[in-house]
Amino acid sequence: MVTIQDRTLSLWSAQIQTRVKIAGQGPPLVFLHGAGGLDWDDFLDRLSENHTVYAPEHPGTTPGDPDAIKPLDDLWDLVLYYYELFDLLELESPVVVGHSFGGMVAAEIAATDPKRVSKLVLLSSIGLWRDDAPVKNWMSMAPEALVQEVFYEPEGPLAKRIFGLPEDPEERMTAQIQGIWNLGCTGKFTWPIPDKGLKKRLHRIQAPTLVIWGQQDGLVPSVYAQEFTDRISGAQSVLVDKAAHVPQLEQLETVSRVIQDFLKS
Amino acid sequence: MKVSMFHLMPHRELPADFEQRYHSVWVDAPWWELADAERVGQYYNWTLDELTYAAGAGLDGLCVNEHHQNAYGFMPGPNLMGSALARATKDQDVAIVQMGATLPTTNPPTRVAEEYGMLDCISGGRLVAGMPLGSSMDANLCYGIPPIEHRDRYYEAHDLIMKAWQAEEMFAWNGKYYQLPMVNLWPRPIQKPHPPVWVPGTGSLSTWDFSAKNDHCYCFLSYFGNNLGQKVMDGFWEFVDAKGLEPNPYRAGFLQLVVVAESDAQAEKDYYEHIRYFYDKSLHIAPEFFAAPGYMDFRSLDNTYRKGYMDQITTVTQDMKEWNYQDFIDNQLVIGGSPSSVADQLEDAVKKLRVGNLMVLLQIGSMPHELTLKNIDLFGKEVLPKLRDIWDDEGWENHWWPEKLRGKRQLAGAATG
Repeated sequence: MVTIQDRTLSLWSAQIQTRVKIAGQGPPLVFLHGAGGLDWDDFLDRLSENHTVYAPEHPGTTPGDPDAIKPLDDLWDLVLYYYELFDLLELESPVVVGHSFGGMVAAEIAATDPKRVSKLVLLSSIGLWRDDAPVKNWMSMAPEALVQEVFYEPEGPLAKRIFGLPEDPEERMTAQIQGIWNLGCTGKFTWPIPDKGLKKRLHRIQAPTLVIWGQQDGLVPSVYAQEFTDRISGAQSVLVDKAAHVPQLEQLETVSRVIQDFLKS
Repeated sequence: MKVSMFHLMPHRELPADFEQRYHSVWVDAPWWELADAERVGQYYNWTLDELTYAAGAGLDGLCVNEHHQNAYGFMPGPNLMGSALARATKDQDVAIVQMGATLPTTNPPTRVAEEYGMLDCISGGRLVAGMPLGSSMDANLCYGIPPIEHRDRYYEAHDLIMKAWQAEEMFAWNGKYYQLPMVNLWPRPIQKPHPPVWVPGTGSLSTWDFSAKNDHCYCFLSYFGNNLGQKVMDGFWEFVDAKGLEPNPYRAGFLQLVVVAESDAQAEKDYYEHIRYFYDKSLHIAPEFFAAPGYMDFRSLDNTYRKGYMDQITTVTQDMKEWNYQDFIDNQLVIGGSPSSVADQLEDAVKKLRVGNLMVLLQIGSMPHELTLKNIDLFGKEVLPKLRDIWDDEGWENHWWPEKLRGKRQLAGAATG
C-alpha cells in the first residue's frame, strides 16, 4: 500500500487553505479530480508507482472548509490559483492529469501558460460543447439516472462503491451534504453550460497530450475525444471499450498502462 | 390585519394521468403537448378577473408572482399582471402586492426598480414591493444563474434597487455581478422613502437575518400548512426577539390555502378534487430540480438535512397520496369549510403564527372560474370581516403596507355589487 500524506497550503493571500494528498515517488504529477470531489482510489495508487502524485482538493470540497470556494469568482481566478499552488509545491512543469471537471481545469492551465505543464492527460474531460451531442447536466439529474450515464455497469460493484452511501445515518448525512456541496463548488465554473470558451484556447497547449475516453460514456459522449484531439496539436487519443465516464477505474489496467507508456515516451 | 388574495395562474386542465405520464410539472413539462395558447389566454384573463373580483369583494391586496417553464403557475412577467391590476383597481383602496419580480434573474436589477416605480406611479402609491430570491428551478435551471452565486447576486441586486430608489444623485454601481456607469432611476415610486418590501422565504435562517437587518416583512410561503408553519414562525419570532426588534405581527406574512362553501360538507364536495389536483399535479416537481447543488449555502444545506426537514416533506408528500379531504383539513394544509369554521380556523392560525399580513390562495389547481368567484365571494363577505380586527387590540402600526391604505377598507357587502 502507498502512504498518502496530507499537506495543507495557504493560498490566494491566505484566503484559501488547500489540502493536497501526496503519495509515491518519481517525477511530479498533479491529478485534478472530477466534479464530485477527490477520492484517493486504485488509479491514483497506480500513478504513484512511478510518480509523485499531488492531488489537490478543489476549494470548498475539503470537509470542514466549505467557504474556501468564496474567494475564487471565475475560471481566470481558478487558473491563476493553480499556478500559485504549483509554485508553493515547487512544481515548475509537472505532468497534469485531469478527470472530467478536472480535465477542463487541466486544459485551461496548460493553455493559459503552456510552460507550466510538461505532459497533459485528459480523462473524459468536459469543457467543449456540441449541440448534436450535448453534455448531460449532471447537477440536475436524479442519482439513479446519473449512475446509468457514468458507468458501463451501473449495477456493478464500482458504481455501488462510488455512488453508494454509508450505512450509518450520521455518516450518510455527512456524505450526502458534502457530495451536494462539492457539485456546487465545481459547478461555479461550469454552470449552466460547461463551455467557457476553452475551444478558443486549446490551440495554445504545447504539452504532449493524451486524450482518454470511455467508449460508452453517457455523460460526455466519446465524440468529444475527437474534438479535443483535433484542437490540440499532436494530441493522441485512446478510446476504451467497456467503460463510460470513469474509464480509469472501469478499465484500471488498460488505462494505467496507456498512461504509463505515454509518460515514459 | 391585512388579507390579500394570492394567485398562481396555474394550468387548470392537465390530463388526469399527468403525474404518471410526465417527469415534472416544472422545467421540462412540454408546452407543445400540454397547453394551447388560446386556452392559456383564457387562464390569464380569468386570473385577472378573479383578482379584480377579489378587490371588489373586500380583499386588502392582490398578489402575483414570477415563475418560469411550468404548469404550476406561469406568470413569467408578474409586473405585466400587476400593471393590468393596478389599472383595473384604480379607484379602489387595494394594494398591488408583487411577490414578485425575481431579483437575481432580472438583468440589470434596476429593471425591477423601474417597473416597480411604474407600478407605484400607476397605482397611486399602492405597491408592495416583493423581492423574491427565486426558486432553483426558475433561476438556476431555466435562467442559468450559477446556484452557488444565486444568493449573493440577490443581496447585491437588493442593495442596488434600494439605492436606485433613494439616491438623490447619479451614481456608478461597481458591484461584483452588476456594473452600471450612470444610475439615475426614472421613474421612482410615489411612496417615500420606498414602497414596503416583502421577502418571501421558506424558513432559512439567512432570509430571516436578511429581512431583520433591512427591516423588511418576512413572508413564509409553504404549502405544507400552518402546523409545519408554526415551527418556522416560532423560530422567526425567537430570532426577532434575539435581535431586539419589536414583535410587530405585521413584520410577518403567511400564505394559506383556503376554501369556503355554504357548509363543511359542501366544501368537501366543491373543492376536494381541486385540492387533489393541486397537490398531485401542480406540485408534481422532480425532486432533483428542487435545489441544484450550491443553491442552498453550506450551513442551510447542513441544517436542512440534519433537522430532517427534507425527510419530513418527503414523508408528508408520500402520505398525502392517500389523504382524503378531511386529512388535508386536519393537517391544516388547507383551511376549509363553512364560513364560520374557516374564520375560526384562520383566526387560530394567524394568532398562533403571529402574522399580520395573511395571503390566501383562493384559486387552487383546477378550480374553475365560477367556483373561484364563489370562494372569493364567500370569503370576502363572511370570513374576512371576522379577521380584520385581530391585531387591533395590540395597537401595532403596519409599516409594511402602503401608508395610504393602512386604514380599514370600508366596503363590506359591496362585493358582488
